[in-house]
Order: sequence, then C-alpha cells, then structure tokens
Amino acid sequence: MTNYLPLTGILIVVVGFLLRLNPLAVVTAAALATGLAAGKGLVEVIGVLGKAFNDSRYVSIIWIALPVIGLLERYGLQQQARRMITRFRRATTGRLLIGYMAFRQLSAALGLTSIAGHAQTVRPLVAPMAEAAAERDAELDEDMRERVKAMAAATDNVGLFFGEDIFIAIGSILLIVGFLDQNGIHVAPLHLSIWAIPSAICAFLIHSARLLWLDRKLKK
Amino acid sequence: MIGLPALYTFTGLIFAAYAILSIARRRIGNAAFWGLIAASFLGGDRFGDFGNGLLVLALVALAGTGALRKPDVGDEADDGARYGNRLFLPALIIPVTALGGTFLLPGSGLIDPKQITLVSLGLGVILALVALYAWLRPPPLSALEEGRRLIDAVGWAAVLPQMLASLGAVFAVAGVGDLVGGMATTVIPHDSLFAAVLAYTLGMVLFTMIMGNAFAAFPVMTAAIGLPLLVHGFGGNPAIVCAIGMLAGFSGTLMTPMAANFNIVPAALLELKDRNAVVKAQVGTALPLLVCNIALIYWLGFR
Repeated sequence: MTNYLPLTGILIVVVGFLLRLNPLAVVTAAALATGLAAGKGLVEVIGVLGKAFNDSRYVSIIWIALPVIGLLERYGLQQQARRMITRFRRATTGRLLIGYMAFRQLSAALGLTSIAGHAQTVRPLVAPMAEAAAERDAELDEDMRERVKAMAAATDNVGLFFGEDIFIAIGSILLIVGFLDQNGIHVAPLHLSIWAIPSAICAFLIHSARLLWLDRKLKK
Repeated sequence: MIGLPALYTFTGLIFAAYAILSIARRRIGNAAFWGLIAASFLGGDRFGDFGNGLLVLALVALAGTGALRKPDVGDEADDGARYGNRLFLPALIIPVTALGGTFLLPGSGLIDPKQITLVSLGLGVILALVALYAWLRPPPLSALEEGRRLIDAVGWAAVLPQMLASLGAVFAVAGVGDLVGGMATTVIPHDSLFAAVLAYTLGMVLFTMIMGNAFAAFPVMTAAIGLPLLVHGFGGNPAIVCAIGMLAGFSGTLMTPMAANFNIVPAALLELKDRNAVVKAQVGTALPLLVCNIALIYWLGFR
C-alpha cells in the first residue's frame, strides 16, 4: 500500500494560495506537513528545509541590483523613459512591447538570458514606457494602468521562456539531454533546441496578437 | 577565483545595510527581516541545517505576522529632464556587463566558470555604482537608501523564490514526484495516441503549476508517460516529444503563483495592487500556446 500522505503538502499549497494567505507561511506549512507525512521527525524536516534554503541562496542574489535601479530612479530614469517614448508617435504600447519581446526572445536564444529582466529592465524602463505610450492616446483609469504594467512583465516572461530553449546550453535543454541519457537515449542538444523554434514562433504570434488587441482596447 | 562565496558576502553586506538603514528609520520588523537574510548570506554555511531551518521559520514568522511595512509615500523622484537621455547610459551598464562577461570572462581563469552570469551581475552593479557616483555625486548613502526603499516595496516576496526552491527539495526527499508519476501511470489511456499526448502535456502543465517549475515536472512526467507511452509505445521521436513537452510545461509556469520569481516578484516590483495580476495577464497567451504545443507534438513527433 502506497503512502499518499506526502501529497498533503500539495493540498496545503493549493488551498493556501486560493485563500490568499501569506505565501511564505503557506509554503513553509506545506514543507513541514510533507516532511512529517513522509515519516520524518520535526527536527529532521526543519533541517532539510534549512539546508535547501541555504543551498538556494543564489536565487536571491538579483536583489543586489536594487541600489543601482533605485539611484537611477531617484535621478528621474522612469520620467525620462516616459518622455522619450511620447516623442515617438507611432510607438503604441502594443508595438513597444512587441519590439521588446522580439529583443528578449532573440537575445535569450543566444543564451543572453540575464541582460534583461524584471528588476533590470521592466521596472525602470519597459513598464514606464508602456504606461506613457498608453497615456498619450487616452485617459488611463487605475485598472487599465495595472493591466498595462502587468502586460509589460508578462511580455518579458513570454519572451524569455520561449526564447531560451533555442539556446543549446540552457538549463532545460541540458536537463532533457541528461534525463534521456540516463534512460539510454542519446540526443544532441542541437536536435532539442531546433524543435523549440516552432513553439517560439507560435508564442511570438499569439502574444503579439494580444498586445495589438490591448492597443485597440486602449484607444477606446 | 571569484565565485559564489564572494557574491554571497557582497549580497550579505548589502542586506545588512538595508537592515541598519531600517533601524535608523525605526522600521524594526523590516530591520529584523533583512538582518536575518544578511545573516543567511554571510554565515549560512556555519549555522548548520537545523540552524538555517530556524532562521527560515523566523523569517516566515515575521512575514506571516505582518511585521514588514511598505515604503513610506511622499518620497518623490527627481524629474530627470536636466540629464536627458544620458541617464539611459548608466542603466545599460548592468546588461552590457552581463553581455561582455558572458563572452570575455570564461577564458580569464579569474572567475568560477559555472557562475559567470551571477559574477557578471555583481560586477555590473559595482561598475554602475562607481559610474553613477562619479557623474551625479549623490549623497554617500543614497544608493543603499534607494535600494532599501525598493526592497521594502518588494517585501516578503523577495525570499519567496528561494523558499519555493526549498519546498521543491522537501518534496524530493518525501518522494512526491514518484507518487504523482505513479498516479499518472494508472489513470492514462493506453490505446489512443492523441489521448496519450494530451495526458503527457496536461500532466506537464498541472505538475508544473504545482511545483512552480517545469524542471521539476519534466523528469516525473516523462518517466511516467513520455518515455513508456509516447516514445516506446507509439514510437515517437524522443527529441521532439521532450523538447516540446518541456515547452508545454512552460505554459504552466505562466499560469501559477508558485513560479514566484516570474509571476509574484514582478507584481511586487511594479507595486501592483493584485499580486496575481501578472498571472492573469499571461493566461490568455499560455492556453492558446498550449494548444499549439499539443498539436506540434502530435503532428511532428510521430512521423
């Protein structure tokens, strides 16, 4: 008889997010419940959690960029980004974001995933430009303003996700190569990354269509 | 060789500065939170597993009890007009350093080759700060003060990606992936190719949404459905099935708050009122794209 109790962690995560509880608390509760349900002691589970937290510190290194971004914002970077985009009459919110997505997909396809991102480019440059382009043509209410900013972040994600897999040395490609290798199937990274191209084109077309649709909604 | 330890020290010192500046502003909850993160970066390797676990619980207690405050309003930025477009130049230092570092640093022997990206980021930050101080001559502490303002705007979301990576590790120890894979094997149909493709891709999406990460879902779903059924059973091309299967999982990443660094952190960084606003903006792209990826596997993978 299989012990399905460790799946309670998944249940806690789903319910916790639906109830909009504090995600840090939800995730910790899920981790503790999963460990205990798998028959580990409390001290052991806290140890596993602590070790994993310590081993994943590299995820949080990105925050060292904030003093630079903050200082630039203090001297008016966001305002300057807005001013620049309003000079280009043809640069609507949708077209601007389509251009950014193309840049993000192409650079990620060359393996340059970290030259842009939410902290480095979206907050200081892309989001204020998208907002200013939207404001130039029509009054922006609060909901629409949030929508435009969220779309700027979404565009960065779509461009990154569906560009990076075309690069042969990216984590996900190497993971697939390693996994297949363990199962006795040998494929070259290039054969995997080539098959990421059709999906990348689909992603670009679908998201571009949505961005142009956003432009039409902004005009009304 | 410069690698993670040097970067951890640098990051720890910056978080320590956020903590000290928070004390000066009598924001004690924030000071404690950023101080614990500074301690983790500076001394995490000496605390032991249990000690680090207690540190995590303390962080969660601070965040869960609402001890963290958002930045004070009325902190207006300069207009920027008198610097003109030259202001974009220092903003480009971090990306350009990342670009240059990727090409130039691997051969130098000074940098841990596995950490080129992160070391380039650290280098870019230092270069940008030097350039900004030389040009604009801001008050000495203002970069750290502005950094503190931004990290306070991000709040507890700043450590959520790291916490989710830890949850993934606990799931792995408890064998959650094997359980889900075992369940998937028992419920999928074995006679129809289309149903099998659907089961694999939807399994990737759902498990990615739960784990917040297609990397965690891929080995589980491919071992349970992809390899035994699609590749060995129906004779699919493993490169096509796996490459597009992974991308199908990315649709799941776009639709889950569990992928915090892509979906929750930007909502915090952009100071959006709805923390799920980015996820909601992405669903309209993720679902049609999933349909495309299912069709691509079905048409291309089994010729």
